[in-house]
Amino acid sequence: MPKAVSVTVNGAQVDATEDMTALVAILLSGTTALRRSVSGEPRGALCGMGVCFECGVTINGERHCRSCQIRCAQEMDIRTDE
Amino acid sequence: MNNSRRSFDVLVVGAGPAGIAAACCATQGGVRVGLVDNNARPGGQIWRGEAQNSDVVDAASWLRKLASSRAEILAPMEVFAQPEAGKLATTSSDGVCELSYKRLILCTGARERFLPFPGWTLPNVMGAGGLQAVVKSGMDIAGKKVVVAGSGPLLLAVAAHLRAHGADVRAIAEQAPWSRLIRFGMALASRGRKISQAFQLKKQLSRIAFRAGCWVAAAEGNDKVESVTLRTERKTWKERCDYLACGFHLVPNTELASLVGCELRAGFVRTDDFQESSVSGIYCAGEPTGIGGLELSIAEGQIAGFAAAGRREKAQEYFGERKSQRRFSTALERAFMLRDELRALSSAETIVCRCEDVKFGRLREQPSWRAAKLQTRCGMGPCQGRICGPAVEFLFGWKAESARPPIFPVAVGSLAATACAK
Repeated sequence: MPKAVSVTVNGAQVDATEDMTALVAILLSGTTALRRSVSGEPRGALCGMGVCFECGVTINGERHCRSCQIRCAQEMDIRTDE
Repeated sequence: MNNSRRSFDVLVVGAGPAGIAAACCATQGGVRVGLVDNNARPGGQIWRGEAQNSDVVDAASWLRKLASSRAEILAPMEVFAQPEAGKLATTSSDGVCELSYKRLILCTGARERFLPFPGWTLPNVMGAGGLQAVVKSGMDIAGKKVVVAGSGPLLLAVAAHLRAHGADVRAIAEQAPWSRLIRFGMALASRGRKISQAFQLKKQLSRIAFRAGCWVAAAEGNDKVESVTLRTERKTWKERCDYLACGFHLVPNTELASLVGCELRAGFVRTDDFQESSVSGIYCAGEPTGIGGLELSIAEGQIAGFAAAGRREKAQEYFGERKSQRRFSTALERAFMLRDELRALSSAETIVCRCEDVKFGRLREQPSWRAAKLQTRCGMGPCQGRICGPAVEFLFGWKAESARPPIFPVAVGSLAATACAK
């Protein structure tokens, strides 16, 4: 069984596991829009494989992280682009 | 930021089926082999999360073979530049690393082709493989209504996978007409393994409406997709859904091959009998040489791996397998050719470049890809044209220009570190 980890998405705690990507933790928190586009549209993940950059969020203070490529870790702080 | 150097006799970029096969075969020659991938675990997109899945025979046996080989796995690590011939600059959580090689094997795989239509930028409109990848990474799709659309054999595999995870797959819309799919089916009939895979899929997909000659004309919703408009030559109707999984077959990832100077032909990396590219010592295997699926990728990977390790006689043993798999590749290309109606879906207001929010109306006025980049910033965002490039090629006939470093966005510190290392 993958190890359980606790992460926060926009400050709210989410119970995740180590084999989940940060993107999955965000979706688990009920958030579908990950970022605002340059003209202000809400956007969600598209390619799921690190190519399109639509899932870019701030992880532990680092901006523009591709959440579909990064696995959850204990106390990871994930912030969508408000 | 750390700055380290590693050197290998054979360096393989991409740990999908082709890269795994290449790395395994190269290590048999007793040379030092490195295998780089931007995902945390080997397997590529097709074998994502399949290490424990004993149903997928190829995946389990190749992943085991890789684990017991002497190949060193460098992951997650992303290649972003070629500071000089024989060297690649990479980034990872440990900082920048410069990898030197005597022989390089590019197994960079493919990505989905996306085409714009009104509403395609709504959240929960994803690639077909895209949604599958996210479900493989742990997303719960049980009970969700999903429409799977676009083109290519991937649609069936995705629909079966989503259904196995409890999704309510409302429809599969394949843009190719029945006439071409039937011809493709006949081509498959000569291949025992592919046909049994197809029958297995059909069983898993029973009672799901599969429509050929059917495409998504639009997606609707407020903050996320709520319904899609499906269309055939005869009718148009709406289907409610929580997710639209939509991709139009595959396009090769040739950015790194272009960067290191490999010659492309009709968008694919040109290789010789031993999978060597136009650049001596640089090999290429799998989808970047032509979209041909799993078995062809493995055959090409084995040839490239043995050839790069100097064992050409071993490489030759796989020529026959590759030849037979290439026939499938040709059949694929014919069957899933894109229909002209897909060029007419966008309105002036439809966004084509998602990074820079460039609309179809502005692009339509441009004479070339270069002019579009300069005038509208189309293709100049973080994806560097990987998503809109294949779309504008289909819509306007514009061909992508050569790749420029960095081929993936990197932190300024990484570039500075590479510069200092020189």
